[in-house]
Amino acid sequence: MNAYLAVAAVLFVCGVMCMATKRNGIGVLMGVELVLNGANINFVAFSKYGLLGLDGQIFSLFVIVLAAAEAAVALAIALNFYNNHLTIDVDQASELKN
Amino acid sequence: MSPEIYSEVGSLLKWLLTAAWLLPLLGFLVEIFGGYWADRKSKVPAYLAVGCIATGFLLSLIALGTWVDAADMNLWAFESAGHSAEHGEGAEHGDDHEHATVAEHDHADAHDEEHHEHASADEHHGNDPLKTAFSGTFYRLGKFGRLDVTLDWYIDGLTVAMFAMVTLIASCIHIFAIGYMSDELTEHYEDHFVHLPGGRHFHRPGRFYRFFAYLSLFCFSMLGLVLAGNIFQVFIFWELVGVCSYLLIGFYVERHSASTAANKAFIMNRVGDFGFLIGLMVIWTWFGVFQFANTDPAHADQAGLFQMVRTHDGTLVTEGEGMEKTVSLQHIEGEARPSSIPYWLLTVAGLGIFAGCIGKSAQFPLQTWLPDAMEGPTPVSALVHSATMVAAGVYLAARFYPMFTPEVLLVIAYVGCITLFIGATIALVVTDIKRVLAYSTISQLGYMMLALGVGGWIAGLFHLITHAFFKSLMFLCSGSVIHGCHHEQEMTKMGGLYKKMPITCWTMFVGVVAICGLAIPFVTLPAIGAVAFSGFHSKDAIIASALTFSSLNPVHSLLFYVPLITAGITAFYMFRMWFMTFFGKPKDHHVYDHAHESPTVMTAPLLILSFFAIFVAVGGEAGPLVTLYGAAEPAHVAMGATDAGNIGLNLPSHEQIHNFHAQAGMAALLVAFAGTLLAYLFYASGAVDPGTVKRQFESVHEFLVDKWRFDVLYDWMWQRPVHVVASWCTAFDKYVLDGLIHGSASSVVKIAQWDRKFDEAVVDRSVNVLGEVTMSVANWFRGLQTGQLRQYVMLIAVSVVSLFVLVFIFFPGQ
Repeated sequence: MNAYLAVAAVLFVCGVMCMATKRNGIGVLMGVELVLNGANINFVAFSKYGLLGLDGQIFSLFVIVLAAAEAAVALAIALNFYNNHLTIDVDQASELKN
Repeated sequence: MSPEIYSEVGSLLKWLLTAAWLLPLLGFLVEIFGGYWADRKSKVPAYLAVGCIATGFLLSLIALGTWVDAADMNLWAFESAGHSAEHGEGAEHGDDHEHATVAEHDHADAHDEEHHEHASADEHHGNDPLKTAFSGTFYRLGKFGRLDVTLDWYIDGLTVAMFAMVTLIASCIHIFAIGYMSDELTEHYEDHFVHLPGGRHFHRPGRFYRFFAYLSLFCFSMLGLVLAGNIFQVFIFWELVGVCSYLLIGFYVERHSASTAANKAFIMNRVGDFGFLIGLMVIWTWFGVFQFANTDPAHADQAGLFQMVRTHDGTLVTEGEGMEKTVSLQHIEGEARPSSIPYWLLTVAGLGIFAGCIGKSAQFPLQTWLPDAMEGPTPVSALVHSATMVAAGVYLAARFYPMFTPEVLLVIAYVGCITLFIGATIALVVTDIKRVLAYSTISQLGYMMLALGVGGWIAGLFHLITHAFFKSLMFLCSGSVIHGCHHEQEMTKMGGLYKKMPITCWTMFVGVVAICGLAIPFVTLPAIGAVAFSGFHSKDAIIASALTFSSLNPVHSLLFYVPLITAGITAFYMFRMWFMTFFGKPKDHHVYDHAHESPTVMTAPLLILSFFAIFVAVGGEAGPLVTLYGAAEPAHVAMGATDAGNIGLNLPSHEQIHNFHAQAGMAALLVAFAGTLLAYLFYASGAVDPGTVKRQFESVHEFLVDKWRFDVLYDWMWQRPVHVVASWCTAFDKYVLDGLIHGSASSVVKIAQWDRKFDEAVVDRSVNVLGEVTMSVANWFRGLQTGQLRQYVMLIAVSVVSLFVLVFIFFPGQ
């Protein structure tokens, strides 16, 4: 089980690092997916070897669905943003400030 | 008189006089609401008014005949003993002539003309006056406790005489006014006495219909006053005639002088009416009855005022002395009323009612309104301000005579005495023709009051009626002069007018001779008495009463000498007016050249009135007129009184007056001739130049021209103090009341300013501080929200890690 957890942790940290360092909106989105999948591995691992049972499987399925929905919304936002600003650099998205 | 005959005659009289009374009201309503403002040239209102009042005159005559018949009175039973006994020579002169005129004059000529040789007149006088009086109630307005407020009627000899006099004079004056007011018959009347800026005159539509409407209303009010059967009702009509007088004086309302004169008349009358109200209140509280007397045998239990105050034979039953003295009231058995009234309170009531008479009759000290009232059109002066309304005061004093104590009578006498002297002296120097007559009216009203005051009830009313005729005649003559001279009233601009207006001149002469009391001396006729116009008889009677009174009360001998001398002054100023107007050289050729005699519609009333001014008093005090109203004389007057009242006054009886008659008549005649002669010397023959005399008595002349400075005095006495008090009040208002309000207002402002500071410094500050703190905190937090996504992620990651670290540090074993 530790191996699963280790992989998940690596994935999670990769995802976080990706979110923290990428300026590309798509890249940030990919980082989010990595984090979510790291969490999914944890759910599945705890469902297989821990006390969580089938609940863990169900949770990870939910997370996948949510991630898909989130990806769809986020991609739509990115597309829109690109239409308006000809870029998807998240640092340029500063219109709500001031 | 049996109750059946009483009620039959009473209701007949009532209906006749009520019709005569209400007809002018009907006329008034039609004239004022009849839409005559649409046709200013219509003479219909005038014809209506004349028709109403003339019908009233006919009805009054019928009533007079009915009354004489019912009272079983022989008006033509007079004799001439009064004069022929003393100076009986030349008795046959002019006998036929006088007989003819008597027959002409006789309205009730069914009566025979036998000439008794005894004093038959006194038979009537000694009788109970209530026997020939009829009274009753029209309508009960309301009953408050024991106070009954009703509309009553009271008809006796005085009422019918007054009705006939008022309606006759009013008819003449109405007819005269058709001519006099004819320049109002236009859509564009130009009032030459109202000067507008720019030298223009005031233009307005004519007010012919309105004038006659007011006259009709006045006739209604005046007749109502005479017919009224209780003192409260008299007060109502008293005020109504006052209103009519106000409306008529202010007829030319655009003229400032006219509107102020109307106000003055109205306000001065209110002063007198205040006294009237006090009298009414006393009567209300102590008698609870307003009715004069109740003579209806069917309701004999309800006594009127006169019946309560005096016994059947007219004595005042008193108890106690001084301030404790009380007058026992009669005929009040079995009723919850006071059985007596304090003597002084009865005096107060009498004085109060007399105060009303002072105002209405323009007596001293309220006489100043009457000359100003001459601002009204001349027919108004003739009707309202000489013949009828101002005489109403004398009428009421005579009507209310039984209620007057000797103290009140003395006050009346002195007021009359002062008034007659003041009026006559001012008339000496006045140059406005109407004002001469106004002052003369004041003076003659003073004579009437004096006569009433000295116990000459008959004499006072005698003069009231004769004066009404000759004074209205003279006023109409002056109106004719004014009309003929195109509204010129200054006698100094007239002169020589007898050629231009002969009828006016000679009718005026009749009036002048009548008021002067001239007679042909030492000539008496067997039936008629002295050969003289009406004024001689009545003035004679007054002087005789005054002489008798002053010989009985030597302390009050002034009450004889003043009227005697004033008789001379009267003759002087009257002839002065006549000479100045009609004789001598024309002083203003513009006026003279345009003068013309008035049309027939104006001269005919002059002729009618001059006929009555000559013959109304025919027979003197034994004549039909005196016999007629003399039946209404209060029972106590004929006997006189000795040591009456608290002041021990001696009142003359008829017999005593009779004894002094010849003496007084001679004195009065002498003085009148002297006055006439003086006037002739001054103004007609030119033997004495009035200008020189005027210069020699400069200060006296000025004093008289200033009307004894009464207006100045009243200005000082009333207006100035009122102004001073008003300025005090203004100052009080300004400095105290306004100061208080201003002070409170500024202190409120001060407090508000402090409050504002507190608000700003404490309440607002605390709220602001809260807001500012929030703001600064928020600003600080704002710095955190950079919008840098990676920074947020780092923050989240670091926080989560640090959270875990912390959890592991603080809860290690779990």
